[in-house]
Amino acid sequence: MIAHSEYDFLRRFLKSRSGLILGDEKQYLLESRLEPVLQKMKVPDMSRLVALLRDGPAPAGLADAVVEAMTTNESLFFRDKNPFDLLSTHILPELLQKRAPMHTLRIWCAAASTGQEPYSIAMLLKENERLLGGRRVEIIGTDLSSDVLARCEEGLYNQFEVQRGLPVHYLLRYFTQVGDQWRIAPEIRSMVRFSRLNLLQPFSHLGTFDIVFCRNVLIYFDSATKSDILARIAGVTAKDGYLLLGGAETVLGLTADFVAGNRRGFYVPRAAASAMALAAK
Amino acid sequence: MEPSGNAAMKTFLVVDDSALVRKIARRMLESWAFDVDEAEDGQRALERCSRSMPDGILLDWNMPQVTGLEFLEKLRGQTDGTAPKVVFCTSMNDMGHIARALSSGADEYIMKPFDEDILREKLEEVGLLEKSET
Ligand SMILES: C[S@@+](CC[C@H](N)C(=O)[O-])C[C@H]1O[C@@H](n2cnc3c(N)ncnc32)[C@H](O)[C@@H]1O
Repeated sequence: MIAHSEYDFLRRFLKSRSGLILGDEKQYLLESRLEPVLQKMKVPDMSRLVALLRDGPAPAGLADAVVEAMTTNESLFFRDKNPFDLLSTHILPELLQKRAPMHTLRIWCAAASTGQEPYSIAMLLKENERLLGGRRVEIIGTDLSSDVLARCEEGLYNQFEVQRGLPVHYLLRYFTQVGDQWRIAPEIRSMVRFSRLNLLQPFSHLGTFDIVFCRNVLIYFDSATKSDILARIAGVTAKDGYLLLGGAETVLGLTADFVAGNRRGFYVPRAAASAMALAAK
Repeated sequence: MEPSGNAAMKTFLVVDDSALVRKIARRMLESWAFDVDEAEDGQRALERCSRSMPDGILLDWNMPQVTGLEFLEKLRGQTDGTAPKVVFCTSMNDMGHIARALSSGADEYIMKPFDEDILREKLEEVGLLEKSET
């Protein structure tokens, strides 16, 4: 069993590196997730790991490996369905009215994980191609973990993954079979660009987005971290843009920069909401 | 939960020649309050449907006598036969079979082995279950 002081160190380490908050009694989770890291990096035990991280010299990649091992990467296609229904029936039509035909729609998946979310968006846009009327679209998927980004780039999913949330006609239309795996079609793959990004670090260089998906990642952070990230997301969201969070996430009590949209399930920058209220007077 | 036999309960027919698969599927479906019936091949399934059309059908492909695909084609040719939502559930796990199933009128397709999450999500997809959040 890991010593109390070592557990404490690792908790602080993880919070500062990725924002992850580990509860008081997660020693078992920590040890089972870090066991493979010890093996791979040839570190004899947890005490040695802590010593290396605290006092060095830590081998290259050790800190990242520890952080990545502790992230939860579960994802599925069209997760929760509602955000994607909203996107095609409400957000896209509204956005297209507001944007000039030459405007490139920019969408950001701020926790892309293994790619199901950005690819779901891309497939949905493909299905709504007529609605888009030839407009250019840019989807950017970012994540902290280089392992999941490698999977995104590869675009290869197993039989379980392509059955979780993915309607079968999408499978037929947008995947090809490679042995017992399924590969996302090049036309969908090429709609998404991936890069590595830690949400704790600055991201204003990404530019301004019309739609931001930041789903099922804030849940792992404490309120201060959530507030900070949400405020900075507001900084890269178009004044009349959209923010979509996970089913258990909210902006309430965390930031005044976003308010609930005119449908359940998405948020809009506060400035846009008050401008609309004024216009309605 | 509603008492069994309640008229408001949705009915489900599980068509598979494996008693084990029928048992597993029945257990999952009953836990979502479906009224479940079983048939071990396509011929018997057609007989069941001619008595009363279920709301949903879980359909294996390879079965003695009448196969899943033959059953589906006959079903969709009948009056009322377009009503049930049909979800194939088979180990024919390739594009060709999926495409044929869909063009013959299947609503969804499950590749075996499957689990409870997959079945529930496919039933949500065809509208037989309410959407749940993950
Ligand atoms: C549960 S997945 C969510 C995937 C997808 N958005 C969804 O809703 O299905 C959470 C992802 O957040 C990533 N993550 C965790 N902390 C992060 C951070 N500080 N910056 C960027 N990504 C982070 C993890 O690597 C993981 O891939």
